[in-house]
Amino acid sequence: MAKKQKEAFFTPIGTDESNNGKIDKAVKLPKPTKKKHKDLGLSDDDVLEMYEQMYLQRRFEERAMQMYQKGKFGGFLHLYIGQEAVSTGTVFALNDDDDIITAYRDHGWGLVRGVSANEGMAELYGKATGCSKGKGGSMHFANVENHFWGGYGIVGGHIPIGGGLAFANKYQENDRVTACFMGDGAVDQGALHETLNMSQLWKLPAIYVVENNGYSMGTAAYRHTVNEIHERSKGYGMKSAVFNGMDVFTVYENMKKIADEVREDSMPWFVEIRTYRYRGHSMSDPQKYRTKEELKEYQKTDPIERMKTYILDEKIAAEKDLDKINDRIEEEVLEAVEFAENSDFPADEALWEDMFADEPHFHDRKEA
Amino acid sequence: MAELQFREAIRDAIDEEMDRDESVFLMGEEVAEYNGAYKASEGLLDKYGFKRVIDTPISELGFAGIGVGAAMNGLRPIVEFMTFNFAVLAADQIINHASKARYMLGGQLSVPMVFRGPNGSAGQLGATHSVAYDSMYAQFPGLSVIYPSEPDDAKGLLKSAIRNDDTVLFMESEQMYGMKGEVSDDDDYTIPIGKAKIKREGDDVTIVATGKMYHIAKQAAQQLAKDGVEAEIIDPRTIKPFDIEAVVKSVKKTNRCVVVDEAHPFGGLASEVGFLIQREAFDYLDAPVQRVTLPDVNAPFSKPLFDLWLPDAKEVIEAVNAVTYRG
Repeated sequence: MAKKQKEAFFTPIGTDESNNGKIDKAVKLPKPTKKKHKDLGLSDDDVLEMYEQMYLQRRFEERAMQMYQKGKFGGFLHLYIGQEAVSTGTVFALNDDDDIITAYRDHGWGLVRGVSANEGMAELYGKATGCSKGKGGSMHFANVENHFWGGYGIVGGHIPIGGGLAFANKYQENDRVTACFMGDGAVDQGALHETLNMSQLWKLPAIYVVENNGYSMGTAAYRHTVNEIHERSKGYGMKSAVFNGMDVFTVYENMKKIADEVREDSMPWFVEIRTYRYRGHSMSDPQKYRTKEELKEYQKTDPIERMKTYILDEKIAAEKDLDKINDRIEEEVLEAVEFAENSDFPADEALWEDMFADEPHFHDRKEA
Repeated sequence: MAELQFREAIRDAIDEEMDRDESVFLMGEEVAEYNGAYKASEGLLDKYGFKRVIDTPISELGFAGIGVGAAMNGLRPIVEFMTFNFAVLAADQIINHASKARYMLGGQLSVPMVFRGPNGSAGQLGATHSVAYDSMYAQFPGLSVIYPSEPDDAKGLLKSAIRNDDTVLFMESEQMYGMKGEVSDDDDYTIPIGKAKIKREGDDVTIVATGKMYHIAKQAAQQLAKDGVEAEIIDPRTIKPFDIEAVVKSVKKTNRCVVVDEAHPFGGLASEVGFLIQREAFDYLDAPVQRVTLPDVNAPFSKPLFDLWLPDAKEVIEAVNAVTYRG
């Protein structure tokens, strides 16, 4: 009776699927690539750079979390920890002038596209020296000069904007590819579907990528959406892929292949990269929707540990070399905290700045 | 000067700006092969082709957002809504993205684009096709909102809107597209955004009215003149930025004011202008400012109810009688 009643009251399908007592997993990881870095055209230096970049994203956020908990700054803080292989593999796969846009879990994307640790940390602190002059905060990192168009705070809201970046690139015939990232929660937004339809209709050179980290805030993917996410592409006749996002080589291999193809034929892709977020949705998340055991399962596939093991096994570098990189990053991040703390807040006048590119106008502004 | 329909003035403005600047393009429902739901883009597909005159699916949220992204990335989109009543579906792009992206990224990008289309009611179209949205969008910082009443204003202001480096909402009216008026045939005719125009001079009362409401105010003024009351009509043309100086200057002369606003009464253009007049010209007022707006009721279909609902010249005359204490 109880079960029947539950079914009658909108219990999402999939919720009661038994897994015979095994640990629940929010997202099934496809197998990583077996290719070595040289098979992928990556040099030893590239591999070390990838490691360093992932480690920077990790340590930056761990420090940010610590400072947040100390009350050094306010606002939201959505951490990317666990997903670093996605940003890193993608940026290595794309050209430097290819365009990237993402949602609010954006620190990693900023760091890998040229927002310095200093500018990033200062942005979290709301300081004038931040990448967005302290006007955006955690959710609005950007480095437009480096073709990172920013983090956006409305779930799904930036997806058509990503389509627009691609539209302009096609219009200007500049050969640039746009990669538009979103969380798995965004696949339920109408904005995605409208954009996919028009992208296929107009052959926009865009890759729409779902970073499926298992949870839309606290709702597991199998509880918020039906069927396989990457198969949404079928309704639009769009090319699609699904692959492992805990392995940077897998991300690199697939994204490179896809980006090359988009550049060639200007047909869009819909891609699901499966990954896992270690921390809560934001800092106020008690994470009661998942077990500690589940988290531990995914941590066994940690992208940074995996990379470290690979580097040591392949003798690309020795443990002590990696320690040196770690120490350097550690220092860079600590310096960033110091930089942020010592930076000035924006001047009062900045309240009125950056609203307009053209002639500014403010209704009923009281003159100072 | 040439006599043009409102729709022709709009088409000419778009045509001239597309001709002048390769980055300007037009997208929206039925703008290309159909030549525009109200023929405001007639002939543009033939002249510019499918690259620059683009029929969209009925996906207001999606194509508005594609416009925003294209504007960020070097183009100057003109996004047409078949009516601003449908733009409600795209409100996230207009309000959350077009108006905010520059500020929240510390000025790293800009969104130079125009959202345009008819605003307000157009006869008996029922509740969901009849709302005037100019005041609502004027609420949001960063956006300019234009709602012209005559073909000449439309041409000059639309050209300025397309050249503006920020987001402009340009509102028209299904019922005005066929209206004719003298339009400047200057090659490079633009009207600055944010400047009101005195459309009729008078000493007895100031009437503020724009868009479709201007024509109602004009009818009322003609009637009032027969009774010896000379109304001064100020057409702000631009809702945001609002030219309050022009209104205050007129009120200091006439000492009385009526605001005619096509929106519902709560917190709209009429209430804002009324507030500013009481603050800036309190000592000059011989009567409280009056307003004529839609009632706080949805648009009805039935003809007698619809006529009751929409502001008309009679209501404007009654408001003028109230501020001039005429029985």
